[in-house]
Amino acid sequence: MARRVVITGIGVRTPGGNDVKEFWGLLTSGRTATRRMSLCDPGEFRSQVAAECDFDPRREGLTPREIRRMDRATQLAVASTRDALRDGGLDTAQTDPHRVGVALGSAVAAATSLENEYLVLSDSGRQWMVDHDYLSPHMFDYLTPGVAAAEVAWVAGAEGPVSLVSDGCTSGLDAVGHGFRLIREGSVDVAIAGATDAPITPIVVACFDAIKATTPRNDDPEHASRPFDRTRDGFVLAEGSAILVLEDLEHAQRRGARPYAEITGYATRLNAYHMTGLKTDGVEMAEAIRVALDESRLNAEDVDYVNAHGSGTKQNDRHETAAFKRSLGQHARQIPVSSIKSMVGHSLGAIGSIEIAACALAIEHGVVPPTANLHEPDPECDLDYVPLTAREMAVDAVLSVGSGFGGFQSAMVLRRPGIGVAL
Amino acid sequence: MTAVVVTGIGVIAPNGRNASEFWSATLSGRTGIGPLTRFDATSHPAVLAGQIDGFDPVEQIPRKLLPQTDVSTQFALAAAAEALADANVDPARFSRYGTGVVTSNATGGFAFTHREFQKLWTQGPGAVSVYESFAWFYAVNTGQISIRHGLRGPGCVLVSEQAGGLDAIGNARRAIRLGTPVMVTGGVDSSFDPWGWASHVSSGRLSRGRDPERAYLPFDVDANGYVPGEGGALLVLEEASSARARSARLYGEIAGYAATFDPRPGSSERPPGLRRAAELAVADAGLRPTDIDVVFADGSGVRNLDAVEAAALADLFGPGRVPVSAPKALTGRLYAGGGPLDVTTALLAIRDGVIPATAHTSAVPASYGLDLVLREPRRAELRSALVLARGKGGFNSAVVVRCTDG
Repeated sequence: MARRVVITGIGVRTPGGNDVKEFWGLLTSGRTATRRMSLCDPGEFRSQVAAECDFDPRREGLTPREIRRMDRATQLAVASTRDALRDGGLDTAQTDPHRVGVALGSAVAAATSLENEYLVLSDSGRQWMVDHDYLSPHMFDYLTPGVAAAEVAWVAGAEGPVSLVSDGCTSGLDAVGHGFRLIREGSVDVAIAGATDAPITPIVVACFDAIKATTPRNDDPEHASRPFDRTRDGFVLAEGSAILVLEDLEHAQRRGARPYAEITGYATRLNAYHMTGLKTDGVEMAEAIRVALDESRLNAEDVDYVNAHGSGTKQNDRHETAAFKRSLGQHARQIPVSSIKSMVGHSLGAIGSIEIAACALAIEHGVVPPTANLHEPDPECDLDYVPLTAREMAVDAVLSVGSGFGGFQSAMVLRRPGIGVAL
Repeated sequence: MTAVVVTGIGVIAPNGRNASEFWSATLSGRTGIGPLTRFDATSHPAVLAGQIDGFDPVEQIPRKLLPQTDVSTQFALAAAAEALADANVDPARFSRYGTGVVTSNATGGFAFTHREFQKLWTQGPGAVSVYESFAWFYAVNTGQISIRHGLRGPGCVLVSEQAGGLDAIGNARRAIRLGTPVMVTGGVDSSFDPWGWASHVSSGRLSRGRDPERAYLPFDVDANGYVPGEGGALLVLEEASSARARSARLYGEIAGYAATFDPRPGSSERPPGLRRAAELAVADAGLRPTDIDVVFADGSGVRNLDAVEAAALADLFGPGRVPVSAPKALTGRLYAGGGPLDVTTALLAIRDGVIPATAHTSAVPASYGLDLVLREPRRAELRSALVLARGKGGFNSAVVVRCTDG
């Protein structure tokens, strides 16, 4: 009998959500946390909109040394991890450290620190040969950022397998999937799984500007993330983190933990097509969905809610709409589908885990978050995208998907704990 | 449990631009370490590197990929093509989702991104390349290998400095056990531009030696840091029965894998996790420590880390009870590429019945209790090998490879 995996703790730092309550309040109110970019000078950028966390590492209790050595993305992850452990009631002193693993996702990891150090080392770009007199002892950990996962492991007291999963914009979903696999196969009993990214720094803003992937709707930042709307014109770059405590069901039961949701299936496929482009047919995402449902022993009709990738680019919206129709058939038209990126933006590698957190909360509260800013549906996107207003409904089974540069297409299925087989 | 075998090897290393060149250099003790010449490094405190010279990307990869790829990705594409050709795998002949890719990547497309940082800060955002968004990030090699060869199965990228390459192999093995018959896996790194080099120096672990034969001395009494290298290896892993059904040549089996993490520094009386990773990997292979015929060590070359590894091996196997080697003394430490290249070495050592030497190490502290293979390769009948890798921060990974009988 395969081991079963449940989510027993959640911690987040998102735009408009410094804890789970604030985060869920934002999502269910349909408010947006997108605004004019402030973490770096929007200056000459084509896209000057961002979804930023109001995050103060000192207020979080991080020490000056921690603040100096950790990139902002790592700080967000550490704060989320502390909350997730507290929320899950996991006493690390009472847990066998060898049976605790970490799967932390991040697409660009220490990008902000890399850029800060670059500006010092190169004298604001003037020198190609960098000046050693200005070399930070932490530079190596920004060059190769696995240490972000190490910081999370230190907080959680984890001494099992620890990895940074960096699959671009599916990193967050894939990190949770990695943790799920570690528990399923018996390598660990507890996996601290989730993701973080803090990409609002000039080089990352510029690289998406260069391919016009981000929105130029600079005069209306609150309404700039418009997935599935006819007028959408790119995603809103965001930052954030979500960390989940994943646990073997029996381990959770033994300590009396209350699960939010059970993870029942996960799959990822590559499209082998283009580093940034998507075909309109959605075939590979549909296959990932099919395999994740199959592993969950669910049919399309069993799915109550689909949490879309919904980044707010035309090619994505059409690609995944096609993928839903292909994998869910006629039922695709009956299922509510929504994108929380309309409210918290697209935090690259982090968003997949933030979306899994939202899915667990949707099951817990019986509410489906809306797609904000969806006033004029794209005629080619003809599903029920839950425009503007959250919907109260019983949510027993949820599908969440992600799509990313490099061709990654991922899908995960969550169920209400106790549904299907008696817990 | 499904057996997973290696059927193809692709290597791009400082001492060999393909698997056969690398293997003959490894056996003959030909080093790939020398002065770093990619740029003028003479003013840096460390000047030696395992640099790949004479690699012409135009010969190796489609021309249209050149402007959109960092040198590290060009290396990865060359090694992946070699591995698939070596395995005689044509992905089009497998099911649509029957072939996937898992790579490790420690530094991304760093030289590429350094150029883009400079353009951004000297010429403005309009000068930044349309390729920057994907030439830099850690997922690039998995994506590019997938696209070039039409691999549509599971994909993943793992980052944990030098340990990540073994984690990629463990992850690919998991994908095969879950039903994907063929996986391309391994790792490649390169970051030998001025900024990348300064970043290596900042770790405080680099050798400042200037003699290529004395700078990186794993387990030596004079060990004083390591030399960074570039390159790595990509392997083709297959489900054993399907590989046999197509009469593939089998290099060996990925029989065991495990990863652990060290206790937080200063937090615990417990020892570092390397011994436990080794023990778990051996058990995962269904073996006992006495079944292991050779260990390819992490061989950090940093004195206290060497001591930790020696103690772990002596504790698990008994002092001097198993031959140990660190042939990476000839390439330097390759980060994500290091583990997969050591797995390659282990497979070829088993095939040829020979343990390559730890080339330049001459005097091992008696307290280590190590039977380190020194100076000359040692003939030995080998059935099972343990490969170890550690990543800065506390990562420990271990793979057991075993010969496949008939």
